[in-house]
This record gives sequence, structure tokens and C-alpha cells, in this order.
Amino acid sequence: MSSFFDLYNYWIFIFLMMTGFYIVIAQGNLVKKIIGLNIFQTSVFLLYISMGKVSGGTAPILIEADVSYSNPLPHVLILTAIVVGVATTAVAMALIVRIQKAYGTIEEQEIHEQDASL
Amino acid sequence: MEQAIDIILLGFLVVVAIAVVKQRDLFASVILFGIYSLLSAAIFVSLDAVDVAFTEAAVGAGISSILILSTLALTSRNEKPSSHSVFLPLMVVLVTGATLVFGTLDMPAFADPEAPVHKHVAPRYIQDSYQEVGMPNIVTSVLASYRGYDTMGEVVVIFTAGVAVLLLLSSVRHKEDELSNLTDLKHHPILLNVAQILIPIILLFALYVQFHGDYGPGGGFQAGVIFAAGFILYAMIIGIDEIRKTFTPKYLHWLSVTGVVLYIGVGIVTLLLGGEFLNYNVLAEEKLTGQHWGIFLVELGVGITVTATMLSLFLSFSEVRRTP
Repeated sequence: MSSFFDLYNYWIFIFLMMTGFYIVIAQGNLVKKIIGLNIFQTSVFLLYISMGKVSGGTAPILIEADVSYSNPLPHVLILTAIVVGVATTAVAMALIVRIQKAYGTIEEQEIHEQDASL
Repeated sequence: MEQAIDIILLGFLVVVAIAVVKQRDLFASVILFGIYSLLSAAIFVSLDAVDVAFTEAAVGAGISSILILSTLALTSRNEKPSSHSVFLPLMVVLVTGATLVFGTLDMPAFADPEAPVHKHVAPRYIQDSYQEVGMPNIVTSVLASYRGYDTMGEVVVIFTAGVAVLLLLSSVRHKEDELSNLTDLKHHPILLNVAQILIPIILLFALYVQFHGDYGPGGGFQAGVIFAAGFILYAMIIGIDEIRKTFTPKYLHWLSVTGVVLYIGVGIVTLLLGGEFLNYNVLAEEKLTGQHWGIFLVELGVGITVTATMLSLFLSFSEVRRTP
């Protein structure tokens, strides 16, 4: 059985992930939802990177000395995921701008009301 | 000591995340999200992921925040109080969280060198990448050489997102002659002076990051974002009109295509030279020289596409008509 100090990192990341998830499902403003989604996303990045950590290891850039390195693979995956994340955020923002033009609001509730009254 | 730093930074992250939930002012939420990104970048450094930290600081705290703020300028700054009941979402979140925590109980301890994740392909990258690729930065070797297909996919995704935003926003654009300088920060002497000193340094640093990525943290993704950030700073403070004149939409579109074509082109050249797609060994007599050329060219492709796309995203948002 693992002790608290072995796993507390993962639990904090899960807490952050759930905070982002809560913003996405409980709050009605579309921009706020995307901020929540970004918080969720960044927490997943933290989870992946923390799995790559090796105790006593250093950054995976080769040096002469005899040292151990952290796992470079999660770094590569997350590096590209961050840039793709900003690209998808940009598409979401463009959609929000169009929703604002079409409905005059970016509150979920008001959009539903307008849809219902059609 | 390392653990203490870790716990303090994680504590800050928790506080900022809760503050975002509570905050009704969207402008403040965006700034808090920028702080959240910057704190995660600090944690990435303490977890030895220097390349990732670099990217997160430039993208999360920089470009993402700018794009969300541009959207706020076109919509509204204040969030209306939600009429949702709080109970159901809270239950969903608690149950999901509890399930995930239960899932972690089987995980190996944090930073355990014997964890299964370190036993698969990672030892090969760490032991052999210097002989096979010839670069000290293992992250660059894996990104551009071993997993070159992946990175090509990412570049195409970024290009596609750029195209999607252009299509979504082109119908709500200002007409060409109505475009004017929307920001008026030129009259703030402090901002202007600081920007004039910083912008050349930012651009020079971007070049360093682009071409030094083989030896230290950095590479095309980070350099592209930093380049774009330098030009965006110029646009915001000194004048967006000059940026529009220099980087006309047509020119930016060509640039973002050029990067993708350069990347795929390297793959096709390796095919024609008798190797596999993106196997850089065949690019030169000497295997490692071939790897150097291949990585140099694909990273350049990545850098060009990322710079052009980020800049074109910013300009698209700045050209949307303000009237609802």
C-alpha cells in the first residue's frame, strides 16, 4: 500500500482537474467554460509530466557526467499537446465570437432561451 | 527542499484554481488563468521538463491569454450569475474525482525510477539517441526524429486551426479601409520605451531558441510562439497598422503553408533518396550529418508555421467588427 507522500502529487492534479471540470459543467458563460477546459488540460499535462519524473534525475539533456535523466517521452508528448491546445482554444474563441454575433450573448442560459422561443 | 518547493507551488495552483471558480469578472479570470499557466511552468521546471516549461510559459501565459482577452473585448467582460443548481455538477465532480483517486492507488510512487513507464522505450532514447541522432537534447531528438510523424501531425493540426479561425471570422471582418489602429497605447511613454527595448531582444531570443534547440531547451514550437509574441507586442503598443502592412494576410497564409510544405518536403526527399519517410540518415553521406540537416529543416518548418499561424490568429481577432 502506498503512503500519502508517494501519491499526493497525483491527488492534487486530480483536484485541479475536477476544478476545471466543475467550471465547464456548472458555469454558464462560454468564455469561462473554455478557461475551465484549459485548467483541466493543464492539469492533465502536469499529471503526465510528473509520471516522467525520476528521483535524483535531471533534465533530459545529455551531459558528460554520470547522472540519471528523467523520462523524455512524456515531455515530447506534452510539448506538442500544449501548442495544439492553444490552436483549439483559438478555434473555440472564434466560435464564441460568432455566437456573440448571432445571439448577442455568450451565456448558455440565454442562448437556450432564444433557441426555445424560435 | 525540492519537495517543499513542490508543495508550495502546488498549493498556489490550488488557490488560483479555486479563485477562478469564484471569480465573476472574466478579465480577472483570464489573468488568473495566466498565473495558473506560469505556476505550472515553474512546476514543470522542478519536474525536469524544461522544454515543456518553456512552451507552457510562452503559450499558456502569453498567447492563450491574449486570444481570450481579444474575445472578451468583442463580447462582454462580466459573467452573469448562473441559474444552474450547484448540487448536481458538484456530485458529478466528486464522484469522478473519487474514482480517479481510487485509480491512482495502484500507481507506482511518485518519481520511482522502477516505474513501468521508465522501462519501455525511454531507456533506448536516453542510451542510444546520442549515437543515433547526435544531439544532446533528447527531447529534440525524440520530437523531430524518432517521433517525426507525430510532430508533422501536430503542425498540420495548427495549420488547420489557423484556417478554421480564418473561415469563422472572415465574414465578420471590418472592410479593408475601415481597419484602423484600435489600440492607443502609443502615448504611454513607459510602455512605448520598454517595448522598444524589449522587442528586438525578444526576436533575437526567438532566433536563439529556434537554432539552439538541439543543444538546450527550445525548438520550433517555442521559437514560433516567441516570435509571434514579439510581433504581437509591437502591434499592441507601437502600431497594428505597420504589422498589417508588413504581414499582409496573403503573406501570412503563404508562410504558414511554407512551414508545412517544408516539413513534408523533407519526408519526400528522404523517400526519393531511398530511405523511409522522414528517415534523415539518407540526407547526407554521414548519418549524423543527415540527422542534423533533417532536424534543422523540420524544426524550421515548425517554427515558420507556428509564427505565421499565431500572428494570423491574433490579427483575425483584432479585425472583427465591434458592433454586435
